[in-house]
Amino acid sequence: MDLYEYQGRALFARHNVPVLDGGVATTTQEAVELAERLGDRVVVKAQVKVGGRGKAGGVKLADNVDEVKTHATNILGMDIKGHTVEKVMLTVTADIDEEYYFSYLLDRANRTFLCIASTAGGMEIEEVAHTAPEKVVKLPIDAGVGVTPEIADDIVTKAGFPEDLRDQLVDVFVKLWGAFVSEDATLVEVNPLVRTPEGKILALDAKVTLDENADFRHPENAEFEDKSAVDPLEQRAKDSGLNYVKLDGSVGIIGNGAGLVMSTLDVVSYAGENHGGVKPANFLDIGGGASAAVMANGLEVVLSDPQVKSVFVNIFGGITACDEVARGILGALQTLADRGENVTKPLVARIDGNNAEEGRQILADANHPLITVVETMDAAADKAAELANKGA
Amino acid sequence: MAIFLNENSKVIVQGMTGSEGMKHTRRMLKAGTEIVGGVNPRKAGTKVDVDGVSLPVFASVAEAIAETGANTSVVFVPPAFCKAAVIEAIDAEIELAIVITEGIPVHDSVTFWNYAEAKGNKTRIVGPNCPGIASPGKSNAGITPADITGTGPIGLVSKSGTLTYQLMYELRDLGFSTSVGIGGDPVIGTTHIDCLKAFEEDPETKAIVMIGEIGGDAEERAAEYIKNHVTKPVVGYIAGFTAPEGKTMGHAGAIISGSAGTAESKKEALEAAGVKVGKTPSETARLMREVIENL
Repeated sequence: MDLYEYQGRALFARHNVPVLDGGVATTTQEAVELAERLGDRVVVKAQVKVGGRGKAGGVKLADNVDEVKTHATNILGMDIKGHTVEKVMLTVTADIDEEYYFSYLLDRANRTFLCIASTAGGMEIEEVAHTAPEKVVKLPIDAGVGVTPEIADDIVTKAGFPEDLRDQLVDVFVKLWGAFVSEDATLVEVNPLVRTPEGKILALDAKVTLDENADFRHPENAEFEDKSAVDPLEQRAKDSGLNYVKLDGSVGIIGNGAGLVMSTLDVVSYAGENHGGVKPANFLDIGGGASAAVMANGLEVVLSDPQVKSVFVNIFGGITACDEVARGILGALQTLADRGENVTKPLVARIDGNNAEEGRQILADANHPLITVVETMDAAADKAAELANKGA
Repeated sequence: MAIFLNENSKVIVQGMTGSEGMKHTRRMLKAGTEIVGGVNPRKAGTKVDVDGVSLPVFASVAEAIAETGANTSVVFVPPAFCKAAVIEAIDAEIELAIVITEGIPVHDSVTFWNYAEAKGNKTRIVGPNCPGIASPGKSNAGITPADITGTGPIGLVSKSGTLTYQLMYELRDLGFSTSVGIGGDPVIGTTHIDCLKAFEEDPETKAIVMIGEIGGDAEERAAEYIKNHVTKPVVGYIAGFTAPEGKTMGHAGAIISGSAGTAESKKEALEAAGVKVGKTPSETARLMREVIENL
């Protein structure tokens, strides 16, 4: 889960990383009240989970309350690369002598953590990484050791930070590591980390990604979840424990296993090329079990998407044999009928694997008007695409 | 032969007494796996009856090894306690630890991996979040359905469980030496490259299927390895060509950010290494069939 800057800032503050005084506002009125508390000069920053907001006009300096009013009004509701600004963060300002870059992150390829530090921080850090890679230092961090004061001291030396800041930086780097580990983050990035004319170190930005697998250790971080930004169908699926991602097309997809479902999206997209360019409407993995109850919940979510014109149920019967899967599909339709849902969209089922023939026979015997059974994944995708195109 | 797991493997199950552990212990026994016991400190000293087989429960992996000569552990321990279970297996220096558990925090995976490295990698870790290893006709450690196919010339390595089953099913008449599900998490123990190396050295394996998916650069690195070190034919499949950027598709590792890790870049890297890449699972199976016929 990516956090908004204001959430990251709050998380930094929780771990005593030095940040500027500030707060968050969802309306111009709230922004004005906040500015009155913070004092004359404040920065108004759009809260979006996408880069380039400065260039898009989403970060403005305000010298008085009238300017706060103007900027907050302009920025709230602004569209930045497809993200609508729902909140602004206000902070007091700081004079800046130098801008640095600092982050801890997961290094997948090397199966360890990494510290990236540079004395050339700011908006152009990616440019610096390309043109002057020697200015960007990357150091692996062993999970078993972590960032001790000695290791933080080594980072200061290797990245070439100013000597007079050494003690402050060591302290900040150790605290940021504390935040990274104790919050189960996969990214903690500060850009810029600044030096003020008084020689004080401040984190002026906070980019934090938390590992959702670790949510069970962090009930206090549940408040960071932004339900308003989640697609309502995705939220509904999540509430029933389903792994669902809403997409733009018209072929509803249900399958078991993340890899197989991803593959199904591809196969349907290819098939769609012959049927008016129809595309998958969603990703939905109902998991290995594929029981009737889970199938019913999945079908309900997929069918409630008004864009869906046909549904492709693609199940490989491994642990759950195909005869059970077939009964699951029929049971799911019955469950939906019992719930009063009027299901009218055609279903293409491809079930393969253990007891596949028994499963197909069960569906054939049921002779359900909405179900078409197709033997292979490719042919079933083609049929589902064809039906979606006809229904469009 | 087979890789990592064979008819001589003696298997213990960490978390055997839990519901998933019990269910799959039963299935593994039925598949002919030599299961010699389970580990659960709270039930140590008891016996568990599984379809007429009486399995001892040990207090620790070390005790299980000492009592039974076990060399493989299959881990079903829930996410909150899984790191400790894997570290215990590493401390006991068991040869192979297969971590089936899904949903382990990545800090825990990195921690046990770094711990295994610090201990000299005496324990091969497979997973987490994987279906395990199946060497048909010999042993099955994990949750791979055992009756899909029999022994044969194909070695398979995959991030995805159900795609593994799909390919094994499509090629069931040809059979497999070993299939290794390495797992879909961002950080895993055994990699595509480790499996490619073992398949290259395994005389029973004549050709290799490699299944990947979007995210990370494991497939690109595997392609580089194939180019330089693998002489056996390799057929590849990548899932996620049409996945949108920035969305997590079920597997924690399957997310595209920026331009790296796309299916297209993986396909190109594999093809540049001489790997035939199928567009769909059935095309991949067809390509493998051609390879086997031309051996």
